[in-house]
Amino acid sequence: MNRLARMAVARRNLGRWHWTDIAAYAYLALGVVLMFGPVLWLGISSFKTQAGLLEFPPSLLPMSQKEGRVEGHAQPLPLFEVTMEDGSKRVLAQVRRIGIQAQMVDPANPGQSIRVPIDKRTPVREFKLATENYTEPLERFAFMRFLWNSVFVTAVATLITLVINSMAAYALSIYEFRGKTAVMLMVIGTLMIPITIILVPVYLVITELGLVNSLWAVILPGAATPTGVFLLRQYMLTLPRDLIEAARMDKASEWQIYWRIVMPLAMPALAVLAIFSIMWRWNEFLWPLAVLTKTEAYTLQIGLNAFQGELQTQWHYLLAMTVVTLLPVALVFVFLQRFITTGIANTGMK
Amino acid sequence: MASDAPIPAAPSERVGAASFFAAPLAVLMRLIDWPMQVLQRLIGERRMAYVFLLPNLVFFSLFVFLPLIINFIFSVTGGAGLFPSERPYVGAQQYAYLFDCGSFLDPSSCREDHFWRGVSNTARFTVFQVTAMVLFSLLTAVVLNMKIKARGFFRAVYFFPVLLSPVVVALTWKWILQRDGLLNAAITSLGGERILFLVDPSWAMFWIVFVSIWAHMGFYTLILLAGLQAIPADLYEAAEMDATPRWRVFWRITLPLLWPNMIVVIVLALIRGVQTFDEVFVLTGGGPGTATLMVVHYIYETAFANQVQNFGLAAAASVVLGVVLFALTLAQLAASRRKGAA
Repeated sequence: MNRLARMAVARRNLGRWHWTDIAAYAYLALGVVLMFGPVLWLGISSFKTQAGLLEFPPSLLPMSQKEGRVEGHAQPLPLFEVTMEDGSKRVLAQVRRIGIQAQMVDPANPGQSIRVPIDKRTPVREFKLATENYTEPLERFAFMRFLWNSVFVTAVATLITLVINSMAAYALSIYEFRGKTAVMLMVIGTLMIPITIILVPVYLVITELGLVNSLWAVILPGAATPTGVFLLRQYMLTLPRDLIEAARMDKASEWQIYWRIVMPLAMPALAVLAIFSIMWRWNEFLWPLAVLTKTEAYTLQIGLNAFQGELQTQWHYLLAMTVVTLLPVALVFVFLQRFITTGIANTGMK
Repeated sequence: MASDAPIPAAPSERVGAASFFAAPLAVLMRLIDWPMQVLQRLIGERRMAYVFLLPNLVFFSLFVFLPLIINFIFSVTGGAGLFPSERPYVGAQQYAYLFDCGSFLDPSSCREDHFWRGVSNTARFTVFQVTAMVLFSLLTAVVLNMKIKARGFFRAVYFFPVLLSPVVVALTWKWILQRDGLLNAAITSLGGERILFLVDPSWAMFWIVFVSIWAHMGFYTLILLAGLQAIPADLYEAAEMDATPRWRVFWRITLPLLWPNMIVVIVLALIRGVQTFDEVFVLTGGGPGTATLMVVHYIYETAFANQVQNFGLAAAASVVLGVVLFALTLAQLAASRRKGAA
């Protein structure tokens, strides 16, 4: 607490507050609300019941109307706090509503029916996490399938990306060969070609390969990333050449040098690329949207989008599935936050 | 880009994430070892470079170069076929169709009015978004560079939306902006009227700009922050000795030295702005009407989503988009060269 208090009043020159310090902290406080707020709100809302979500104005916490079992009624009845004519308050269960009157019973005395004007009752509410928002769509819809597709695409694509890009980077950093400049120019030249402008012809290539609606259609086109080659090559250039010479002396083959010596040494760069690849693949949207038309092949992002089109009114499922979609990335962020940010700042890639 | 900066060696315990991939990799590599040794004996050590390059080049040519060529062929051929052999040559007809306009200032006077709606929306979106993005990320970077406490925490706060997927970003904000959403609850509690944010065209445009800035600002902030930290501290110390006012320090020292990073941010934001699709598609679906329809959205619809798939027209539109992006990329290269010189 003490540290927190000191943190809150820290300033540049002890004893003197410049207005810019105050403005800076105000801006940061606003930033926390604005940046964290929406996702936090999404997370809280995902635990509300369908009825709770339709409330306006919305309640902060997931509250729902308390229900009670009453003898003689098969279904649990909603509980209300009722202000009686004499001013006293009682908790009653509502059997049905007839116009502006509600037919209610006392749970303790279920035989007697009481008529109450509806404006004299307020729902009894309790804190309740609607975990069924999460469990039901996983059973009723193909979300497990989408989740698996996304995990498969992300893992395999990242693996391929790491292998083929590091091989190219190895060739471009360790060897001198004819055509090296041409290849380098090509890599740099394609650095900025986005998939958006070759959407149609890549679709043709995928069709020709017979891969439409297969997960490989999502995995393969983005596997060779010029950014990845560039990043790895820059790193491999810094590795000591003597090490490779020594390995050659020891009769190690070029392939062994690549994966036994260079790859382990390039681990930091590979880790950066792996994290980025995971991020790219997990979040990818436009290309899977174009090439995957069968529900079984949907990735989580496409599934979620299709879901929101079909079930616009079923926000309780939609919000829960959105949380499921953002969770892996959120976890990656929590554990690797500092690493990711320095990686981006130093390589300028995303 | 800034790729020529050396990558800092990561502390070893942070590499843990990569070890997930290390095991399957090791098995794969061992399997390839023997054929590779045979190959090396056949072609010699030096030519192994080509072997290492091969897989990457195969992917490159299959999914980048070949498509670039096919894209051009598509754009000068017509018909409904997907395969070039089924498509008759039509010359510049697709382009002529795209550019058939009564007045270029009025999208509704064009034959392909959705394309021009997309162009006009994308242009407006990009201008607003880049301006606001640069200003806000500069402000944020400057604040985060101050001697504030819990700097790491605040940096993380501004950065984390960068990792979220466009679908998640769009759905989060849709939830807040809808008729019964949090924002309308706040407005009514202050005595205002509910606003249909995503149904009113000008509000929809405002919100896609806002949401896009929300989602990507952290990335640009980080580039500017790296630039701010590269400014030598003694310049500021000297300014403090002379009791120079802070705004002047900012104008005379910070901004000029940060300029190369600013250019990189502007160009990258421009390139991204022109390519905007995902968030907008999920948030507004291009609507209301065509108020937030983007060029990439038009290409996607023309090629894949419409009843009649018109690959030729979509390819021609891609070529136009490609030319714009190419110009922006050249600007970026020029900018990064200047950055290197500075």
